[in-house]
Amino acid sequence: MIELQGIVKRYVLGDETVLALAGVDVHIGRNEYVALIGPSGSGKSTLMNIIGCLDSASEGRYILNGRDTSSLSEDELAAVRNQEIGFVFQSFHLLPRQTALQNVMQPLVYRRMPPAERRERAAEALRKVGLGDRLDHRPNQLSGGQRQRVAVARALVGEPSILLADEPTGNLDSRTSAEIMSLFDALHAQGQTVVIVTHEPDIAAHCRRTIRVLDGHIVEDYQNPARAA
Amino acid sequence: MNHLAEAFNAALASLNAHRLRSFLTTLGILIGTMAVIAVVSVLQGFSDSISSQFSDLGSNTLTLEAKNEQENFRRGQINRLSFEDVDALRFKVSGIERVAPIISAPLGATLYRGRSVTPQVLGATEEAQDVLGVDTSIGRFITASDERNSRRVVVIGTDVRNELRMPENPIGEFILIGREWFRVVGLLEKRGEIFGFSQDNRVFIPFSVARSLTGTFERTFMEVSFTVTNLAEVNQVKERAMRTVRASRGIEPGKPDDFEIKAADSFVKQFNRITATATAVLAGIVGISLLVGGIGIMNIMLVSVTERTREIGILKALGATRRDILVQFLLEAALLSLLGGLIGIVLGLLAGMGIASLIPNFPPAHVPIWVMIAAAGFSALVGVVFGIAPASKAAKLDPIEALRYE
Ligand SMILES: Nc1ncnc2c1ncn2[C@@H]1O[C@H](COP(=O)(O)OP(=O)(O)O)[C@@H](O)[C@H]1O
Ligand SMILES: [Mg+2]
Repeated sequence: MIELQGIVKRYVLGDETVLALAGVDVHIGRNEYVALIGPSGSGKSTLMNIIGCLDSASEGRYILNGRDTSSLSEDELAAVRNQEIGFVFQSFHLLPRQTALQNVMQPLVYRRMPPAERRERAAEALRKVGLGDRLDHRPNQLSGGQRQRVAVARALVGEPSILLADEPTGNLDSRTSAEIMSLFDALHAQGQTVVIVTHEPDIAAHCRRTIRVLDGHIVEDYQNPARAA
Repeated sequence: MNHLAEAFNAALASLNAHRLRSFLTTLGILIGTMAVIAVVSVLQGFSDSISSQFSDLGSNTLTLEAKNEQENFRRGQINRLSFEDVDALRFKVSGIERVAPIISAPLGATLYRGRSVTPQVLGATEEAQDVLGVDTSIGRFITASDERNSRRVVVIGTDVRNELRMPENPIGEFILIGREWFRVVGLLEKRGEIFGFSQDNRVFIPFSVARSLTGTFERTFMEVSFTVTNLAEVNQVKERAMRTVRASRGIEPGKPDDFEIKAADSFVKQFNRITATATAVLAGIVGISLLVGGIGIMNIMLVSVTERTREIGILKALGATRRDILVQFLLEAALLSLLGGLIGIVLGLLAGMGIASLIPNFPPAHVPIWVMIAAAGFSALVGVVFGIAPASKAAKLDPIEALRYE
């Protein structure tokens, strides 16, 4: 479902050009559970942002669910982000003035879904991540782990085909990290396609496949040895 | 519609998050709107009361009166109209429909059962009813037959009836004016005050009676109102009347007029011109203040877009289109400005009422509803116009850069 062919990403800063991705070819299929690993600055986030249609490649083709994304308009890309992609970020990126429920409802606003249905689905998503009793809390009234669970609920509420998480446990202690990872494990078990960016081997070990990025190249791509369940 | 209502709520919530700042931002709009509404309410109340008091005078009515410089009064050489002038208008000028001379008859006190008042006593013919728009609420006005037969009848103002403690319906009562008894045949409609002077402390008696009773008085004052048959000819009729009256007063060619002929509604017209000018000047001031207010809103909205860069990035990551973001910020700017406008309207109304009530005898303030709607609409429009730049800046943000923004 994700087909990257010769993806190059350049950043031009004045007369200096940074090559963030130097020709990447990857195929990720349905219900895969992938870890993108590599040192800081290697290009993981850049790759993830291109997969999530937040950013576009300088060169190469990206085919998502059979559609070439380079031909899509700005509005069509917004629709792809809204319907196909669910993002989870390192620093949660919740809307600070809105309650957990409102945060989770937000993607559905852009689907022009009636408020009652939206509310119902958002509440359901929050219950799934174990926050059924925190619907009306604002982000600053929640712990880090709870905030990230709200973010996961928000990423999932629109039933996206891909869940993308960029260092989802980077701001969490090890206990809450484990909670979040078991959430991803469960989602994968239910059939969700999950891609996680991380530089922590513990986190990568949850996944079934590991892609190692270094200086904008994919240097390793392997199936993880089966984990004891 | 639902989505707009929601976007509206979101905008309201976001303004609410920075209450003080929102309020300060919209202060320019608030003060501008308040100033307009306050001044319009006072002017309009004033203008309404002036127009309603003069509305009875048709625009086809002209008034002939003697002209006197300050000096004339000092020297005691006061110009007065003569009865020949009245007859000249009546019989020698074509195009005149009705002539209504009014003569003041300073006959002294008016008595009724031991009580006394000194109203303005005016001699008039039946024409005054139409030409000057005087009406009776009970009984009748002076008639042609009263005039012919010099009947001692009187039509009194409500103040006179009240001061003399006459019955509610005073018809048939007798009052003594100077040394003559008059029978009351009518009660004038109440007119209220102009500039604090009551218009109801007066009585009308037949012109012929006033003329014969004041024949010996030196200080009789007379003016003649007349209507023209054809409104389109009002200027020609006025010209002819000027010539005829000059002849009847024996003014030699080349000598200046010692009388003038005015359109009765010229005062109202002049007043309306003043009001219109004041309104135009006001509109200019308001325009400037709204411009300043609009720039303030633009400034704060730009700050707000910068502050919320990350939030905009999040919304874009969740699937917001440029249009979604644009609408959200435009609505916020419009709402900010509209709220300022609405508060301004309310404060302006209060200020107008306050001003009107502080000045004695000033008519109550009044703002036409369309002015309020226009003020509200205009302030919202200012928000939209000045919100365009910040909103499109927000809409154009690159999602990645917005998300990275610290
Ligand atoms: N917006 C940008 N402008 C300039 N350089 C960038 C930008 N984003 C990323 N880079 C550069 O691209 C490279 C890859 O960055 P990134 O994908 O964020 O790495 P990672 O997520 O693996 O730490 C780095 O050298 C970084 O400095
Ligand atoms: Mg990164």
